Amino acid sequence: MATTDDKVTDLASAVAAHVRDGMTVALEGFGHLIPFAAAHEIIRQGRRDLTLCRLTPDLLADQIIAAGCVRRLVASFFASGSAGSLHEVRRRVERADPAPLEVEEYSHYGMVCRYQAGAANLPFFPLRSYAGSDLPRLNPNIRKVSDPYGGPDIYVVPPLRPDVTIVHAQRADRAGNVQMWGIVGVQQEAAYAARTVIATVEEVVDEEVVRSDPNRTVIPSHAVAAVVHCPGGAHPSYAQGHYDRDNAFYREWEPISKDRDATLAWLEAYVHGVPDRAAYLEMIGAERWAALKVSPRLSQPVDFGRRRLAEVGGRQ
Amino acid sequence: MNTSTLPENRAQELSDVDPSSTEFLAAVAARQLAGRRRVFAGVGLPALAVDLARRTVNPDVELIYESGVCGAHPEGLAEGIADSVLVSGAEAVVGIPALFGYVLQGGHVDVGFLGAAQVDRWGSLNTSFIGDWDRPKVRLPGSGGAAEIMANAAECFVVLRRHDPGALPAQLDFCTSPSPVRAMAEDPRMVPPGHGVSVVITPLAVLRRPDKLGELVISEVHPGVSVDEVRAATGWDIAVADDVRVTERPTVEEVRLLREEIDTVRLYLR
Repeated sequence: MATTDDKVTDLASAVAAHVRDGMTVALEGFGHLIPFAAAHEIIRQGRRDLTLCRLTPDLLADQIIAAGCVRRLVASFFASGSAGSLHEVRRRVERADPAPLEVEEYSHYGMVCRYQAGAANLPFFPLRSYAGSDLPRLNPNIRKVSDPYGGPDIYVVPPLRPDVTIVHAQRADRAGNVQMWGIVGVQQEAAYAARTVIATVEEVVDEEVVRSDPNRTVIPSHAVAAVVHCPGGAHPSYAQGHYDRDNAFYREWEPISKDRDATLAWLEAYVHGVPDRAAYLEMIGAERWAALKVSPRLSQPVDFGRRRLAEVGGRQ
Repeated sequence: MNTSTLPENRAQELSDVDPSSTEFLAAVAARQLAGRRRVFAGVGLPALAVDLARRTVNPDVELIYESGVCGAHPEGLAEGIADSVLVSGAEAVVGIPALFGYVLQGGHVDVGFLGAAQVDRWGSLNTSFIGDWDRPKVRLPGSGGAAEIMANAAECFVVLRRHDPGALPAQLDFCTSPSPVRAMAEDPRMVPPGHGVSVVITPLAVLRRPDKLGELVISEVHPGVSVDEVRAATGWDIAVADDVRVTERPTVEEVRLLREEIDTVRLYLR
């Protein structure tokens, strides 16, 4: 790695450099590796009028929308998994309280196909959903085309090309080869669809570690602009092998989210009131954090082999 | 299967749990999984049903989650479709494009479990809005993967926590996930690969839709419920199957498994 390829920076600098008002920002992670630390930094820096893209907005969306950063939400699910409603989203959609929220809605695979079209530089992407559904009437970006090969008509979705995609991962090297395992979601597609990618990671590792297991690299360095060392950056979501999901927090969020004042007070204390993720983790408490530790369950190493050049006649 | 805490004759006795209880609904749902191989499992009641089926009628059931986990072997009850407990020890974890594109749209899923706020006579589902779309009375979660599961799973099971004309209306407020009937009304050539909803389990009855282009009919009524009560609680003039019968109660053993081995922390059982 040439020294010019060192992309490691701090989170505040990465967000200041790459996320600007009015941008389209994808913060991906499907129930795993959700980039909460990055979302909190965007809130702290007071970004406005963002278009936020996520398949499952999660309570990350509730927080960043409550903070006033988001004008438009592009998504395919509007609840908090097992833990109830996203009340900030609901307040705005149902009562324009305290302000309306523009919503552009798809199904999960519709969002996936949008990222795939964006990543592969295609004009649209076909999928076998939506015939008979009201979703195309709700969202005119879902359109039907005829099959040039004579099959039935098929619905298509347009490419999604975020200005910035932010992901959280278990590790990366300093050049930005991002490795993740467990549920890898749609991060590769969201990254390749974007103009700029920021990766926050649990660990920054030597290039040798990455190169010992190249299949584990989900986003190669050529697609990544910035690497941020950010342990605990996914809490209250989780990082497989590092810490578990804080399910209690997800349940606690529901009553907070129901009350806009409580939501704002939470943001004041846990986002505006702390300078960075380390301080946030201190704030949630060592005991809570320790309870999320997981026991090791190691994968068996695989052998990539090494060609025995010197011993094979004629090869040299 | 560990039945050591109950003698065999006790274990097969029928339980008196209320037909509207989670235990009853989960046990009825689990029985529908007999003979089905690959199941797209959700959280909540479907998670209980799938786990119970694996311990009773279908040890070979293969669990697939929309998070990309295929062949999950969870050591505990998952609190979400992306729970780490589903990943550790799983047979495969694929990306979401492969899960939706190849596994689901490619035709590998036998049963999809879906929830809904509203189900119509053809098994079309609303999970998006109650009231007007523009200013909804309730903003529901939306599709998630439901539109894809409905179109592509070989068949879908729906579990409802209510049975009244609001939940089973003549007209949906919004159609999120269309039945094949509705898809083909838009364009007769756009035939979805799947059957759509085949079974709806409610606190009053089991409704079935045996024909891909047909309507739901009352197939079973729960103990203590009459066919007329079910018809009165349904928002359209629902037909009754010729061989309508009373839903078989869960066994004492099924209820014990749910309470003492599957959901020991009462995450989904109330």
